[in-house]
Amino acid sequence: MRVIRHVAVNVFKESVRDKVLYNLVVFAVLLISMSYLIGQLTAGQDMKIIKDLGLASISIFGLLIAIFIGIGLVWKEVERRSIYALLSKPMRRSELVLGKYCGLVLTLLINIAVMTIAFYALLAYINWVIDPAVRLSWPAPAVDPAMLKAIVLIVIELMLVTAIALFFSTFSSPFLSAILTIGIWVIGHFGADLRNFGGVVGSPVAAAVARGLYYVLPNFSAFDVKAQVVHGQAVPLGYVGLTSLYGLTYLALVLVGAVAIFSRRDFK
Amino acid sequence: MDAIRTDALTKHYTVGFWRPRPYLALDGLTLQVGQGEVFGFLGPNGAGKTTTLKLLLQLIYPTSGRAEILGKPVGDTSVKRRIGYLPEQPYFYDYLTAQELLEYFAALFGYAPAERRARAAKLLDEVGIGAERRLQLRKFSKGMLQRVGIAQALINDPEVVFLDEPMSGLDPLGRREIRHLILRLRDRGCTVFFSSHVLADAEALCSRVAILVNGHLATAGKLSDILAFKIRGWELVVSDLTDGALQQAQRQGHVTGTTRLGESRYALELPLTPAPEQILAGLIAQGAQLVTLNPLRDTLEDVFVRQVSATSDLSASLGEGSRRMGPA
Repeated sequence: MRVIRHVAVNVFKESVRDKVLYNLVVFAVLLISMSYLIGQLTAGQDMKIIKDLGLASISIFGLLIAIFIGIGLVWKEVERRSIYALLSKPMRRSELVLGKYCGLVLTLLINIAVMTIAFYALLAYINWVIDPAVRLSWPAPAVDPAMLKAIVLIVIELMLVTAIALFFSTFSSPFLSAILTIGIWVIGHFGADLRNFGGVVGSPVAAAVARGLYYVLPNFSAFDVKAQVVHGQAVPLGYVGLTSLYGLTYLALVLVGAVAIFSRRDFK
Repeated sequence: MDAIRTDALTKHYTVGFWRPRPYLALDGLTLQVGQGEVFGFLGPNGAGKTTTLKLLLQLIYPTSGRAEILGKPVGDTSVKRRIGYLPEQPYFYDYLTAQELLEYFAALFGYAPAERRARAAKLLDEVGIGAERRLQLRKFSKGMLQRVGIAQALINDPEVVFLDEPMSGLDPLGRREIRHLILRLRDRGCTVFFSSHVLADAEALCSRVAILVNGHLATAGKLSDILAFKIRGWELVVSDLTDGALQQAQRQGHVTGTTRLGESRYALELPLTPAPEQILAGLIAQGAQLVTLNPLRDTLEDVFVRQVSATSDLSASLGEGSRRMGPA
């Protein structure tokens, strides 16, 4: 655990020094300007749109970090040969992979925590300055704790995306890893469509392939409850718990695969 | 117990995308390095030196054969605690300072924070990195990175240290400092296994050497055995040598090489036979004065060139290049 912790802290330090956290500034500017513009819209609709765009921004910013740092995590070590000195130290290759993963997850968590706090602060400000009559038209309160459920599932989803990016980064180039990770993320958001593909195509082979993909690829659409929380619909805690368990199990399997591949690799 | 031991260590790589075929990078290397030795691992480019080092550090896995360090299989985490490694042309995280890098590596060995700081500072002093230690490594020159690389290899006071081309990128002063550092490591009982192209360094530092050519071990042994103190001729320096006397000696085949050092002062290369006293007597009889007479012995460079040429000739006579293993 000690080695994993030190590697993780080093990854976090790298992301800070490579100015990854600057995205938080972009997020804050985007959020404030967006809420100003949307404030001009019809009363009652603006809060839903602000919440929707805020949650989507957290998700997209996190996704960009997860994919574009995740794909370079191991590849950069190998390509720049810094891995030679590192692996000669008393560590297992699995510890390096897990340390890298934990470091990026730490970066993501801190990013998302800051974005969430900024988002709630903006909502609280709007709630404070707005006409109380307008508040009555909102389907859910502005500072709604239920949004945390959506954010928890965004975190789990991004942890899974990070694991997939890291998995590809253990054996392929960043470009290919990015394409594959984004591909899986996109397909994973069409889980229900894949399952029902057989009903709309005549070819049994295509239907079987789609069904196979549905079972093998992660079902990312399950993590998306943004619309429900924005519209004030209940998201049961049990659903959040089970979906999180699904995500954590899936990412554990992906990490086992990443470790297995990385442990057998020759670093020529 | 040997510090390093390899037994028929072999590595094939697969080369070619459309028609993959094995390429023999290292062929059955059997080698023992005793504890406390400074061992020179020599060979031309592409001989398999770095492949061997990577096998010993388990950065790559052998196709067959085995290797041990300090009596344990390579890759064993307990062995890694006792070794250090300087990769060829090292590269480190450019967002860290030299001090931070060494502290990070020290942390991986489990040292407490105060100990990490102290070790990092001491080693950076030792390799000549001064105030620059607070700069990010992206601002370091190649030579400075090499010094940092040597420092990180010693962060745990290793019992065995592997240095891949340690003099690479260093200026003459830096090379001298690293030579002294290697000798200090030897004096405190550390085994140093280093690969180098610079034969003068190997000759100055090593108790034993191995020469690797085309993945094969061409020769290995004590420097004194390899060079064997075989005299291959004599160097005679004389003054007041007349042109006539010199031409006569050359005609008789008594002089194999001539270098004019100054006005009637020459360095003459003499063969083993006839005895140099006999040639000298002839020259003195014609008015020459003896300045010095020294035996000419093989240098490591001579042995190296001979071994490389012999192995290359053998490879050529085998046809297609003995390292390509698949169908041509």
